[in-house]
Amino acid sequence: MSVLVNKNTRLLVQGYTGAQGTFHATQSINYGTTVVGGVTPGKGGNTHLDRPVFNTVADCVKETGANASVIFVPPPFAADSIMEAADAGVELIVCITEGIPVRDMIAVKQFLKERNVRLIGPNCPGIITPNECRIGIMPGHIFKPGNIGVVSRSGTLTYEAVGQLSALGIGQSTCIGIGGDPIIGTTHLDAIQLLNADPDTHAIIMVGEIGGNNEEIAAAWIKENVTKPVIGFIAGQTAPEGRRMGHAGAIVAGGSGKAEDKMAAMEAAGITVCASPAEIGQKVKERLGL
Amino acid sequence: MKIHEYQGKAILARYGVPVPKGKVAFTVEEAEAAAKELGGFVVVKAQIHAGGRGKGGGVKVVKTVEDAVTAARNILGMQLVTHQTGPLGQKVGRLLVEEALPIEKELYLGITLDRASGKNVFMASSEGGMEIEEVAHHSPEKILKEVIEPGIGLSGYQARKLAFGIGIPAGSVNAAAKAMIALSKAYDEIDCSLAEINPFILLKDGRVMALDAKINIDDNAMFRHPEFADLRDLAEEDPLEVEASKFSLNYIKLDGNIACMVNGAGLAMATMDIVKYAGGEPANFLDVGGGANEEQIKNAFRILLSDTAVKAVFINIFGGILRCDILATGVVNAARELGISVPIVIRMEGTNVAEGKKILAESGFNFGVADGMKDGAEQVVRAAQ
Repeated sequence: MSVLVNKNTRLLVQGYTGAQGTFHATQSINYGTTVVGGVTPGKGGNTHLDRPVFNTVADCVKETGANASVIFVPPPFAADSIMEAADAGVELIVCITEGIPVRDMIAVKQFLKERNVRLIGPNCPGIITPNECRIGIMPGHIFKPGNIGVVSRSGTLTYEAVGQLSALGIGQSTCIGIGGDPIIGTTHLDAIQLLNADPDTHAIIMVGEIGGNNEEIAAAWIKENVTKPVIGFIAGQTAPEGRRMGHAGAIVAGGSGKAEDKMAAMEAAGITVCASPAEIGQKVKERLGL
Repeated sequence: MKIHEYQGKAILARYGVPVPKGKVAFTVEEAEAAAKELGGFVVVKAQIHAGGRGKGGGVKVVKTVEDAVTAARNILGMQLVTHQTGPLGQKVGRLLVEEALPIEKELYLGITLDRASGKNVFMASSEGGMEIEEVAHHSPEKILKEVIEPGIGLSGYQARKLAFGIGIPAGSVNAAAKAMIALSKAYDEIDCSLAEINPFILLKDGRVMALDAKINIDDNAMFRHPEFADLRDLAEEDPLEVEASKFSLNYIKLDGNIACMVNGAGLAMATMDIVKYAGGEPANFLDVGGGANEEQIKNAFRILLSDTAVKAVFINIFGGILRCDILATGVVNAARELGISVPIVIRMEGTNVAEGKKILAESGFNFGVADGMKDGAEQVVRAAQ
């Protein structure tokens, strides 16, 4: 089993005919994901990658029965695209776009509250259930089906952790890249609640980074509710205060969002915290007694 | 993007936040003219993007135009060191000359994002004029908060609640509430990521005013505000960071001697961490991004090597979208064109890694090729010694 996405997921692509949309839709199709079509306003009625193009998400959902959407739309228009997908009843929206203004995401967050949808991202690498469904921009070939759930704010650091697992012969149930922005649809806590409820996820890797206190919130919940082994890493232990480290959300400001505070909270929750990013795979192996 | 106090005040004034009369001065002559115009009893304030300017000697209250000239001469061009500038300080290139005012009470106003709720929060405190982090640490009960509802903004009742709560006398509450609502409106409309008025002052005559203004603008929203592009002060930024930003490279200069080139922000931070873990000191944070091309790799390389402190370079790439062969070609071409003065250790993993390694091996350069992050970090730390 898995969480959120599997072989029954029917994916539509917003920004389908653009360069990014085309490249990653192709990758997802080649991976075996059921891509049912896409949306580019003004290009409805055409065919792209052997699939229909629609003018609106509502049309696409109606015609194809899509239940998930991935967004490759430039930042000024991305918030609108998220709301369009939510309004069309798409259950799972994955927004890859980096650079959406915070003000737009504040509005989106309110908009989504009234609708029964889940947003992953923005500014994220997407979500993958190995050998079943790839949504986003992850390199599919590094993943291997199995029983470790992964949640991470960072793309390449997710690949690093997964690469270590796969090299040790340890597969993954579902890997969720939640994104590096200050306001995101699915937090560490949300993702961990999902993975904890999944019987086929036997252990969880939680990769965080400096900025905000979502890791601390998740750790507090893990302490009370999770009996599965959780292995964690926090990036940015050496980051200077007051500087944004690439991700819009990765900043230590006013004394909050520090790596050491997150690591302490995670350790207090019984999470195995890796001091070095090179030992994530090995620590999973040890915790599982493999 | 950070902007100067005088720029922030000009914006806030447009929204109706009362600010003292003042003028920016780039020269001593301009400061003299401003002091004359304001009647001689003025404050001369260094304009740099860092707090703690008063303690560092960057703020002087003077009674006469002559003293204003002396203060301007002393402050302009000085290397101002505060707790936020680092030991080297920041050179002062601009002054704000402002009317001096009889202060009754120093207060604090600020707005910031609460990530958990996805809403902005308005903060007010009776403890103005000191670091708000200090107040939060020692007496958190003295920081009052009101959630700003999206689409509504700070409501009148919330502003009054805050104003009464921080001890503003009844006769001044309406003016203070009006200033708070104006600040909240400005914050929203100009896409701030942080706004602080510290201190927000109550005058002896009952008026209220923003005596300082710290405004940061959300970089991601700059496309909506082309008029703010002029507010960027390149003198406040590290020259290598300015250069990197021209090529859409995320580069942050640090104090160590091991340069890092990585794809992805999380992995770039983790690479700095593992270099430190291996006993080294990172010279920078550099995220070349997910889809870097050869040209960007070359420019990244050039920028890394122009930092004279650098003794070795660690390239750590987990190829997803950025293919290892593209990275390798970029590095080899950059090395040919720019020459290599320091050892380079490369760790590659992911898409087309075999082709990438072949390109490096056949390049004729003596790159250190690492097997995993840990090995790479250890190799580069040894190489830098």
